Amino acid sequence: MWEYTDKVKDHFLNPRNVGAMENPDAVGETGSLSCGDALKLFLKINKNDRITDASFMTFGCASAVASSSALTEMVKGITLDDALKITNDDIADYLDGLPKAKMHCSVMGQDALRKAINNYRGIQIMEKPGNVVCECFGVTDIEIINAVKANHLESAEDVTGYLKAGGGCGNCLERIEEIVEAAKAEA
Amino acid sequence: MKNQGRNGMNIVYTDNNATTRVAPEVLEEMLPYLSEYYGNPSSMHSFGGNVGRKITEARAKVADLINADPDEIIFTSCGTESDNAAIHAALEANPEKRHIVTSNVEHPAVKNTLERLAKKGYTVTFVPVDTKGRLDIDLLYKSMSENTALVTLMWANNETGVIFPIKEIAKKANERGILLHTDAVQAAGKIPIDVKDSGVDMLSLSGHKIHAPKGVGVLYVKKGLKFTSFMTGGHQEKGRRGGTENTASIIGLGRACELAKDHLGEMDKRVRQMRDYLERQLLEKIPSSSINGGIKDRLPNTLSIGFDAVEGESILLLMDQAGICASSGSACTSGSLDPSHVLMAMKVPFESAHGTIRFSLSIYNTMEEMDHIGTVLPQVIKRLRDMSPFWKNKD
Repeated sequence: MWEYTDKVKDHFLNPRNVGAMENPDAVGETGSLSCGDALKLFLKINKNDRITDASFMTFGCASAVASSSALTEMVKGITLDDALKITNDDIADYLDGLPKAKMHCSVMGQDALRKAINNYRGIQIMEKPGNVVCECFGVTDIEIINAVKANHLESAEDVTGYLKAGGGCGNCLERIEEIVEAAKAEA
Repeated sequence: MKNQGRNGMNIVYTDNNATTRVAPEVLEEMLPYLSEYYGNPSSMHSFGGNVGRKITEARAKVADLINADPDEIIFTSCGTESDNAAIHAALEANPEKRHIVTSNVEHPAVKNTLERLAKKGYTVTFVPVDTKGRLDIDLLYKSMSENTALVTLMWANNETGVIFPIKEIAKKANERGILLHTDAVQAAGKIPIDVKDSGVDMLSLSGHKIHAPKGVGVLYVKKGLKFTSFMTGGHQEKGRRGGTENTASIIGLGRACELAKDHLGEMDKRVRQMRDYLERQLLEKIPSSSINGGIKDRLPNTLSIGFDAVEGESILLLMDQAGICASSGSACTSGSLDPSHVLMAMKVPFESAHGTIRFSLSIYNTMEEMDHIGTVLPQVIKRLRDMSPFWKNKD
């Protein structure tokens, strides 16, 4: 049941920097109610592009709360450029690891952070949308290919752990497996 | 009796639909058959034969709980095996029929077995339930056809406790020459079950849901039904289930069934009162909470309650800190990421489905424990809502 590291437990039971921020300079939101987890990240940024404060609100499981808490600790005091270098693996490492099936919680952290910084900078990211493979969680083939390459994922199960894709009805699992195989061959 | 945790902390165990403690009386009955009386009940010598006699006694006690004849009781390894065996037997008995009717809220033991059969070429109709978890009886009857070999439906739902009208359905199925199997794993020991009165053809039970140990189950098969064994092997269980008997557990199950029958009144009164008291407290103290399947025809021990804008695993782990054991209705805890298929079938909104907790009581619970939950849970929900981006400070 508690298959979490002590760090995850600690950040879940004693989350750092919880709550909405008054007059944040940047906000990044990711996830949704239907997905089962969501994160709203708030940042204070000074004129030197340095993050001076961070807080979060999270709906989700223990590892989602812990990943959010860890993220806020990690970004405080660093520059936006350095913050953009933080990957989901860094968040998981900060917590001494996350169960494979919960890696999507760290992905959520990375995603919210990028959204917050891009919003602050006024950058709009337009990406080739790709084709939705997982209807339950709205995950596209391009997202899957990127995740497989970035994280050296081996199987559809790994993809579910990282992106949730395939974790709902499961109808797309065979298609995900094909995409994983193709992406591995390319990588 | 207090549930003492290993660490000395008092555990409030309200997860009895998942599994139950072995009753002390059951354990006592079993112990000699795990030590000095190790004979094989099939042996010719009296050392084994004495064990065989105890199994005969246990069979009679199990039969008595559901008003069956002892000959109609087959011991299996678990409820899941019983379900598999029943479905297998029904299809073998009707090789020309290729259609099965069930509901869309069944336990995985039935659901996944039927999904596999569908892949093998059988047609399976999953009849929907309404938002209260009640079966659409009209659609169920319309789904039965000449080609239907089996209707298999749970007697009561494990997540919500909602009870299906099995007697009424069995009558309709029998009229049309269709076999009726019911998974009564959650119903047994909580409400009266009478196989003769209800007219079911096959019925599954599980030992560990009624204070017997894990690893023993029962399949009731109505006398005269053509039954082909699922597990082939020796002559045990009159050739209907091969494999040397799980003697100690079967003997324990016999005692557990005896106790369960004695406790049915307490289930209906004291346990129901505790459940209703807990339900009332939580609804009063926690805003934006709602009961899933909160209807009259519901098991007296089960409470499925959803809390908006918070997530089940977090609730469970914070309750765990206070020594409270329960289950969640969202499946983040069980590998899958969607809320349970039962809550989805009932069209429970995502907002409360992800934050659904199931409490399932037993006769070993106390009002004091309900008060403990009633004190802890409002704090847990508030704490999680305070950090939830979806909680708009409603309180």
